[in-house]
Amino acid sequence: MNAKAFLAMLHRDAHVARRNFVTLLLQTLFQPMLLVFVFGRIMTTSGLITPQYKSMLLPGIIALAMLLSGVWSVAMPLVSEFQFTKEIEDRLLAPIEIEGVAIEKVVAGMLQALAAGAVVIPTAWLVMGRGVQLSFAAPIQFAVLALLVACLAASVGLVLGTSVGQTQIGLMFSLVIAPMIFFGCAYYPWSSLAPFPLLQKVVLVNPMVYASEGFRSTLVPRFPHLPKTAIFGALFFFDAIFLAFGLRQFRRKAVG
Amino acid sequence: MAIGIRAEDLRKTYTSPPPTAAATRGVGLRLGRRGPRQKYEVKALDGLSLDVAPGEIFGLLGPNGAGKSTTVGVLTTRVRPTSGRAWIGSYDVWNDGVAVKRLIGVVPQRPNLDLALTGREILTFHGAYFGVPAAERARRAQELLERFQLTDRADQLTLGYSGGMLQRLSIARALMHEPQVLFLDEPSAGLDPQTRLLLWDLVRRDNERGTTILLTTHNMEEADALCSRVAIVDHGRVIAIGTPQELKSSIPGGYLVRLHLAGAPPDLLARFESLPGVTEVRSPGNGGVDLYADRGGALVPEIARLSSEAGVEIRDVRISEPSLENLFLHHTGRSLRD
Repeated sequence: MNAKAFLAMLHRDAHVARRNFVTLLLQTLFQPMLLVFVFGRIMTTSGLITPQYKSMLLPGIIALAMLLSGVWSVAMPLVSEFQFTKEIEDRLLAPIEIEGVAIEKVVAGMLQALAAGAVVIPTAWLVMGRGVQLSFAAPIQFAVLALLVACLAASVGLVLGTSVGQTQIGLMFSLVIAPMIFFGCAYYPWSSLAPFPLLQKVVLVNPMVYASEGFRSTLVPRFPHLPKTAIFGALFFFDAIFLAFGLRQFRRKAVG
Repeated sequence: MAIGIRAEDLRKTYTSPPPTAAATRGVGLRLGRRGPRQKYEVKALDGLSLDVAPGEIFGLLGPNGAGKSTTVGVLTTRVRPTSGRAWIGSYDVWNDGVAVKRLIGVVPQRPNLDLALTGREILTFHGAYFGVPAAERARRAQELLERFQLTDRADQLTLGYSGGMLQRLSIARALMHEPQVLFLDEPSAGLDPQTRLLLWDLVRRDNERGTTILLTTHNMEEADALCSRVAIVDHGRVIAIGTPQELKSSIPGGYLVRLHLAGAPPDLLARFESLPGVTEVRSPGNGGVDLYADRGGALVPEIARLSSEAGVEIRDVRISEPSLENLFLHHTGRSLRD
């Protein structure tokens, strides 16, 4: 693959992200922070939820922020560039394989997802106030997990961005992204679904479950979580599936 | 060294219909059974072959939907042909796509400029994709912006650009990496006459530096003014090829007298045909009569005499000099603008 062209495209995306920095920041932070404030501050302080919940919520919020920003940053530009503005043509005509252009999009999305995660941790911590106890005992595990979740987010973005029509963006969010978030074990650990045995099994097809449970397993290991082998295995699996399918869809979109 | 373009028996059949309003309305619930699925098949290219010599300005001339843009799509790696092969220089377009993309510059029919970047950035990032070093990128971008009279708005996003400015910027972008083969798909569509002349001048100058140029157009004047050779394309096939002069002299007689009569009785047509200098008479129907001849206006008095003798009223007479437009009409029976 042509590294120069690849890096130039990455530079282009970074340049555009820098230009839209404030918008991006609000887009990434605002919604998770509202959630953090309502669930982590208001409900815990008013005594509706035990203060322990704060530590349990934070890993889910990290997963949520990373997924939203990764999916959004890859899918939205692709939908409009392929269908409407055709801006992507310039990069498809650059001296690089078609898949190279798609992988660049994924890498750019991963970087945005990682940045979102890095911004959310301290901000959420501040918003929730005292009582959050995170463990950083397994930094390498945490790093690998973050990379896998970032790749998952960007790959899902690639699939959606190359499969969804411009008129269906709203539908995509209400039918795909919203259930993914609400059944993604961001607000509750997977084990708490035990009273709903069927639901507990069905949500296992939702890749976000492994992102939330994964962060829970490294940051707050004292809470119940899925076994680590299951978490890492499933994340590898979903990353590979979504990436492979996304690349295929991208090629189909790119070549007439 | 200039390089050429070659295409051999290109075919492209689309089997899935383009999106329709019904297909894009979101999620539609279909109740009951649908009728049998209609077979959709459109032949965009039907055995098109081309050989463009190095350093040539070659024109693809044809009406909308003739297959010109699909041809450009195939030659620029953007459309996969159903069958057939194509080469840019010695590189197979389909198997050596990356090498081909390095050699070509493409100006699309509709601007596809990067909306998140300023005019200057569009040029410099494009250069970067092609590995042009940073200092050289900046220098070339400035030079092109000046050449295309875009310096005033160079550091603004392109949202506010006029159609002509977008088109000029598209061409400047295609030239940023100094391609050896330049594709221009309907380059002057929507340009004002002044910008069109500027564009022609730029195309010629670029060609003088050794760039091979392939352009598509449905504008005769443009093909005539710019191209060293022209291929006339219709229904995905080349129906005539040659220099504009050769093509024009291939029309029987060269001149075309188009009549619109109240009726076209066969004996009148036969008498037209026997007029001195008339080589062919065609009657497409509805009182239309086309006379191919070696003279134009000089024929009119005789036509008028024959018609009045036959008691047929002449409603309209149009005379055209030898042109590619007439050639197209001669080969296809249709006008370019149909």
